[in-house]
Amino acid sequence: MLEQLQELHVQALDELSRISEPDELELWRVRYLGRKSGVTQVLRSLATLPLEERRKVGARANEVKSALESRLIEKKRIVEEVHLISALEQKRLDVTLPGRPVSTGRSHPITQTLGEICDIFKSMGFQVFEGPDVEWDYYNFEALNIPRYHPARDMFATLWIDSEMEGRLLRTHTSPMQIRIMEKTRPPIRVIIPGRVYRYEATDATHESMFYQVEGLAVDENITLADLKGTLFEFCRRLLGQERRVRFRCDYFPFVEPGVEVAIDCLACNGGGCRLCGYTGWIEILGAGMVHPDVLRKLDIDPEVHSGFAFGLGVERIPMLRYGIEDIRLFYSNDLRFLKQF
Amino acid sequence: MKVSLKWLKDYVDIKVPLKELAERLTMAGLEVKGMEALGGNWENIVVGEVIAVNPHPNADRLRLASVDLGGQQVTVVCGAPNISVGQKVPFAHLGSRLVDGHTGEVVTLQPVRIRGIVSEGMVCSEKELGISDSHEGIMVLPHEAGTGMALNEYLGDVILDVDITPNRVDCLSVMGVSREIAALTGQLLNLPEICYEETEASIDSFVSVDIADPDLCPRYCASLVKGVSMAPSPDWLQQRLSSYGMRPINNVVDVTNYVMLEYGQPLHAFDYNKLKGRQIIVRRARDAETITTLDGVERTLNQDILVIADKKRAVAIAGIMGGLDTEVTEETDAILLESANFNQAAIRRGCGYLQLRSEASIRFDKGLSSNLPLLPVERATQLMLELAGGRAAEGIIDVYPGKGESKPILLSAEEVRRLSGLEVSVEQMIGVLKLLGFECQDTSSPSQISVLAPYWRGDVKCGAELVEEVVRMIGYDKIPITRLSSPLPSQEPTLMLDFRQKLRDILTSYGFQEVLTYSLTSLEKLQKLSPELELEIRPLNVANPMTIEQEYLRTSLRASLLSTLSQNQKMEEAGIRLFEIGKIFLPRGKELPREKEMLCAVLSGSRAELSWHGDKEPLDFFDAKGVVEKLLNQLGLKAVFEDSDDGSLFPGREASVIIEDDKVGVLGDLHPKVAQAFDLGAAVCLIEIDVEKLLDKAAEIRRYQPICRFPSVTRDIALVVNEGIAYQKIKEIVQSFPLVREVTLFDLYTGEQIPEGKKSFAVRVVYQSPDCTLTDEEVNQTQEEMLDRLRRELGATLRG
Repeated sequence: MLEQLQELHVQALDELSRISEPDELELWRVRYLGRKSGVTQVLRSLATLPLEERRKVGARANEVKSALESRLIEKKRIVEEVHLISALEQKRLDVTLPGRPVSTGRSHPITQTLGEICDIFKSMGFQVFEGPDVEWDYYNFEALNIPRYHPARDMFATLWIDSEMEGRLLRTHTSPMQIRIMEKTRPPIRVIIPGRVYRYEATDATHESMFYQVEGLAVDENITLADLKGTLFEFCRRLLGQERRVRFRCDYFPFVEPGVEVAIDCLACNGGGCRLCGYTGWIEILGAGMVHPDVLRKLDIDPEVHSGFAFGLGVERIPMLRYGIEDIRLFYSNDLRFLKQF
Repeated sequence: MKVSLKWLKDYVDIKVPLKELAERLTMAGLEVKGMEALGGNWENIVVGEVIAVNPHPNADRLRLASVDLGGQQVTVVCGAPNISVGQKVPFAHLGSRLVDGHTGEVVTLQPVRIRGIVSEGMVCSEKELGISDSHEGIMVLPHEAGTGMALNEYLGDVILDVDITPNRVDCLSVMGVSREIAALTGQLLNLPEICYEETEASIDSFVSVDIADPDLCPRYCASLVKGVSMAPSPDWLQQRLSSYGMRPINNVVDVTNYVMLEYGQPLHAFDYNKLKGRQIIVRRARDAETITTLDGVERTLNQDILVIADKKRAVAIAGIMGGLDTEVTEETDAILLESANFNQAAIRRGCGYLQLRSEASIRFDKGLSSNLPLLPVERATQLMLELAGGRAAEGIIDVYPGKGESKPILLSAEEVRRLSGLEVSVEQMIGVLKLLGFECQDTSSPSQISVLAPYWRGDVKCGAELVEEVVRMIGYDKIPITRLSSPLPSQEPTLMLDFRQKLRDILTSYGFQEVLTYSLTSLEKLQKLSPELELEIRPLNVANPMTIEQEYLRTSLRASLLSTLSQNQKMEEAGIRLFEIGKIFLPRGKELPREKEMLCAVLSGSRAELSWHGDKEPLDFFDAKGVVEKLLNQLGLKAVFEDSDDGSLFPGREASVIIEDDKVGVLGDLHPKVAQAFDLGAAVCLIEIDVEKLLDKAAEIRRYQPICRFPSVTRDIALVVNEGIAYQKIKEIVQSFPLVREVTLFDLYTGEQIPEGKKSFAVRVVYQSPDCTLTDEEVNQTQEEMLDRLRRELGATLRG
């Protein structure tokens, strides 16, 4: 019986050493350690043996069994390792092949810019409003201190729906919303109004007949030009970078007094002077000022008590400066080769 | 406005460097847009005097000129035919930068030997100096040019291009800009001295002035000079007009223009002898009255236009342009010089009606002061006497019906602080205002002053305008930087804005690119959307379109989106998905149009980008529908889709999108004729949604569905129905059973094993009860009933 066990042990180990596939290991286990295996049979037949021999054979059989078991575990580990290595090798990919395309869309660069602008002002407590593109002369001009025959009408080449007499026009700026807001709301007012504006203008690389503006208006007691400066400086630096220099200079718009033009140092030449900035080093991005007392008075807001500031920002300028876009017409010609870059 | 620096220096000492001057003017509201140096490259070029001209020993057509440069003599070889002894000429030393007379390029003058003689420099033509294109001979300088003087010093100048805002008509003049410079730099203004002899009889004996419409002509001044000699103006005057960009004409006309540029007051010179009846009448034109203006055009006038007339006819359109009949010519002997003030609105109206603007009208239409005309007419009379000779009549006619008093404005330091945030003292305020010519007087309050604006500052009428004067003088850069400290106003929800952004986010996440197209389009483009039919809505049009491409306010986003698609199809091979969210404009009679927010999207080309992964299928109706379904799902909405008959879409391949019995949009394949009209290649699907309606629907409160604790039972059934049965019918019946939680179509089959004229729907039905675990019997029973109804109502049979 002991010889038989010895033979089994040798044979089993010999066979095990030649196994290389995981499936064969299971067959081997059934054959040598399963219920019908030699070792099991020896263990089952122990009862028939005399006591002395039973102890010897029993001990030996258990020895063989556990030896085979531990060799199996060891072998299994090796076989699996080898197998994994070869499987890994077989499943190798050409990782340089292109990935499966994901369809992506983008919002228009002007929409993106408007979003950024609105977010900055919203964080400063401005609420966003919108207004009509087709306006009355009254809101676009008259109520803004630009009556008929006022020379400042020259600043706004106008597209009229009917005629100047009948008064419907495509708004030339977002400022008419200043009036509409102040008609409906009493101070404190703190709003911005993004929107399309239109001009009777031949288009070229820097002029469009349609573009976007963002109007701002804040009216309350004790609002000053210094507040306007602080608000716009913070806005410019948040939108265009902390390192930007901002210039605040005297300018004229009939509906503000004092009037202001805000310029930033040219992004292309860092203020050194180049074609983009007309060799001045500065790029105008905003017109602004304190709401003219006559405008407030017309809306029953007492200019002795309340003051306010207003500003109007040209939106296209911002991405043009940021990305070095030299032709404003690219925005509304909607060439995907352009739009997909943003 | 272009202003010569040399000219400015006649009236004000400019001690600050030019760059700083430009910066100060810009900061104070007079933006210097550019500075052009005239003769900036004239280093090493001096004024020389030709002292001898000798023949060249080796060349007939060349001569040797000896030129005195003031203490130094040089000899140059010269080919110019016009050189002669005694001339003052520009002489360029070696190393000067000159324009090559033949190539036009700028070159550095090198020593050169011409036919054996070394030339020690060069005498120059105007072209070589970059002054003009004249290269026929050397430039001969006026005699007063000092020998040896740097040419830059004698001829050079800097032309400032100053942007004058419409409120500062006073600065449309050299005097005005000088006044600003003087105030900003703390200098005094040097006014020209006006003094001349009046040797003729009183002007009243020659002419009288009658203002018939004083509301349109507050003031009319005139002088008279007899016996003038017409001639070209001297160089200095011609140069000054050129510096502004004006063409010299003759000594009399040039004087009027010169004084206009100097003072900002337009003047007009009449040939006195051509005026009829010794009378000037300022009146409204008669309807259909005509006049031929100086530009030779006959113009028909109306009663809104003011004219200057004599006894017989209109001789000038007041403030806009003179008449040809009374023009000053070479034969002119006597001049009637007009310096008047006209109503600003009347001039603008006239210019608008006549489509005519002039140097005079661009000043009058901004509102000149009626205080201005007297000084300029005297100044011009003096210059005319100096340059054209003649005898001035005694006195000036000055009819001034519109004389008014200017009102003082009260200003306190507190007001300056309240509006600007800048702390100033009363003394500081008075100091800067006085520099600008404002008169300041104390009031009973020590912190308040009473301010009277100078006559040329008609734009300053209220406290805020005075605040600007104070602040711009102190400097906008001195304004402190503060943050808004007033309480935050209450904030309202911004539903539409947020909703549009949500739609944008969703659509871009589906691979759609946003475009923004013009609000204005052409009728032709809109018409392309319904080639067969009249346009449903007559769009609103612009009265003065820039181009026919942008004449009509769009009544649909479709046309511009399809054009955009068409343009891009030519460039892009892969599938294209575009959308726009924007306004359309629906006319409402004479009211403002209704501006309605719409969403339009188009899909065309292959579903996936070209790749080795396959899927080269084109985008189709069901892609569009999938987009709408998913979009609505993300908004918490459910729609039904019904056949529609939209004129632009493919009949039978289009659907209305209906939410709660309300049509919110449409989708479908594009009608082949529309596709052809827009020159579209591949098939196109279009989606259009009324954003406002959608917002209304989406704004309704959404409730969450509790997650069911009980297991569901899934059954797949295959139904065979007639070809004409819509899937929607089957779905409705299946869903009408309360135990059905979900129904999904997973196969649609026609072909083998299915009889002709039939089709098979394979549907997965999920049964679930919120209250208990379903038994097989319950599910079977429901399914039996369901199949029974499907059979009875739709003739559906189970596929064997």
